[in-house]
Amino acid sequence: MIEARGLTKTYGAKTAVYNLSFQVRPGSVTGFLGPNGAGKSTTIRMVLGLDAPTSGTVTIAGRPYRQLPNAPRQVGALLDAKAVHGGRSARHHLLCLAQLSGIPKSRVDEVLALVGLQEVAGKRSKGFSLGMGQRLGIAAALLGDPQVLLFDEPVNGLDPEGIHWVRNLMKRLAAEGRTVFVSSHLMSEMALTADHLIVIGRGQLLADMSVKEFIARNSTAYAKVRTPDDAEQREKLTAALAEAGAGVQPEPDGALRVTGLELPRISDVAHGTGVRLWELSPHQASLEEAYMQLTQGAVDYRSAQPPGWGYGQPGQPQPYAPQQPYAPQQFAPPGSFGPPPAAAQPQPAPPAPAADPTAARETEDR
Amino acid sequence: MAVVPAVLRSEWTKIRSVRSTVWTLSLAVLITVALGVLISALTNNNFSRMPASEQITFDATYTSFAGMSLGQLLMIVFGVLVVSNEYSTGMIRASLAAVPQRGTFLFSKIAVATLLAFVVGEITAFIAFFAGQASLGSHSAHISDPGVLRAVFGGGLYLTLISVFAMGCAAMLRSPLLSLAILMPFFFLISNILHAVSATRHVANYLPDQAGQKVMMVVTTGDSRPYGPWIGLLIMALWVIAALVGGYAVLKERDA
Repeated sequence: MIEARGLTKTYGAKTAVYNLSFQVRPGSVTGFLGPNGAGKSTTIRMVLGLDAPTSGTVTIAGRPYRQLPNAPRQVGALLDAKAVHGGRSARHHLLCLAQLSGIPKSRVDEVLALVGLQEVAGKRSKGFSLGMGQRLGIAAALLGDPQVLLFDEPVNGLDPEGIHWVRNLMKRLAAEGRTVFVSSHLMSEMALTADHLIVIGRGQLLADMSVKEFIARNSTAYAKVRTPDDAEQREKLTAALAEAGAGVQPEPDGALRVTGLELPRISDVAHGTGVRLWELSPHQASLEEAYMQLTQGAVDYRSAQPPGWGYGQPGQPQPYAPQQPYAPQQFAPPGSFGPPPAAAQPQPAPPAPAADPTAARETEDR
Repeated sequence: MAVVPAVLRSEWTKIRSVRSTVWTLSLAVLITVALGVLISALTNNNFSRMPASEQITFDATYTSFAGMSLGQLLMIVFGVLVVSNEYSTGMIRASLAAVPQRGTFLFSKIAVATLLAFVVGEITAFIAFFAGQASLGSHSAHISDPGVLRAVFGGGLYLTLISVFAMGCAAMLRSPLLSLAILMPFFFLISNILHAVSATRHVANYLPDQAGQKVMMVVTTGDSRPYGPWIGLLIMALWVIAALVGGYAVLKERDA
């Protein structure tokens, strides 16, 4: 088990990781998710005792890495696939690492076969593709047959077959009762590989929950409403829906995204206002969208977005508050549509329609 | 717990599995010997035309080591690459994850590299001496002459120490380019200029290379260094120890 408590790392004025606490348990794949620059690699380096935390602690099996007896036999890590002397062959690279930890030479050929590099084992790693480099890095992590494994972006540069292979390898290692900690910036990849998710943004914890729970909480249900191409009608309906307590946001294609009202109710409101509907359909926001929204305020290097794109309120920067997306849809009665995320509400916050006390408590918990 | 023999074995694998080791060390031998032979042969031809004062203080052994000024640069390259390769490739993270005891890691690496540098350094010094004497003809010295064996053995030690000094500097500076950009011009030009200029000579006498070169001299008449051969080597060794302590301090304190 890996356990971080109040982990903080600052480089001069820049805070890379702030007050991070989490546990990584054995027997499951834990995804460590965050945008580029969120502090994932810094955290992993601190777990391995390579970087010293500014404050806080991180332990493996109850001890800081540097005090672990025979650390390489207990912990294996893939940090950077390119961190290999290009002039050294794959076999020699692994042999150096094996000898460092007193691992027998025969194990080198075992792991080379395991990752499918035995054909090129004698070749200098300079000529390796990124995918082959990743496989070599994974081989190095597996050398000591460790109980705790850390992989920093292991699928980077892999082809679909390689990604599939890594995914199965992680699952198999976890099924053997090992602790598997995998970082990634791809939600879709983690949804398929991980059992548990730890999401960080700008070095802070945003979510720590099982993948199932994450999906349940974050795949927001909403209704897509399309009026005839007439700005006046659309505005009329928007105002009426907002009055009825819904969250309404314009979609890039001219439709409206309505949250917080059941479909029949939306239809009634439209009827009452005398606005015809061309479309009224139930939708589920994808996990990728949920992740994007979760980390939106926490992305360091974001590409410019045209106003109105996505489902944030145009021109209104999302305040960085991790609890936003946790408005718990699952407590709403079936068929109703949950409240819009607090920060994205176009109107002064209407009372959330469902399970208000639970929602409030849930929010504070984060 | 990573044990020292395991780390030593691993470092030996690291050193022998990259080509730069073979290139730098074999070039060090080749250049030192070839240049020594060339200068010795030229000196032999021009000996009768040399001023009498130079003929009297002629040091046949030191003349055959004329190639050391270039050969030492390759020993420096070897020392720098052995250490800074870890940083330039990023391998240092994997190495330190495997050996969290950073002192054990650094000094095992340096011990292996030093041993190799010593073997190559001694081979270089002895070949350079015998090849150089062969081309000096009637002006040559013999290995059994007083002080000659010490000078030749000391020449090998000099090459070893200059290489270890480079390892310590590389551990402090981490970047191979930066380390070479500082060490190469310093030992090829700056130190020699400082020693040639009379105003700075007394200070330059205590620079690592100037102090260490004393051990290679058999005839010391007219030499400005106010110490003997072994003290000179000791001064150089102190520089080396300082560089190693600095390198260890940096590795221990800084994030990898």
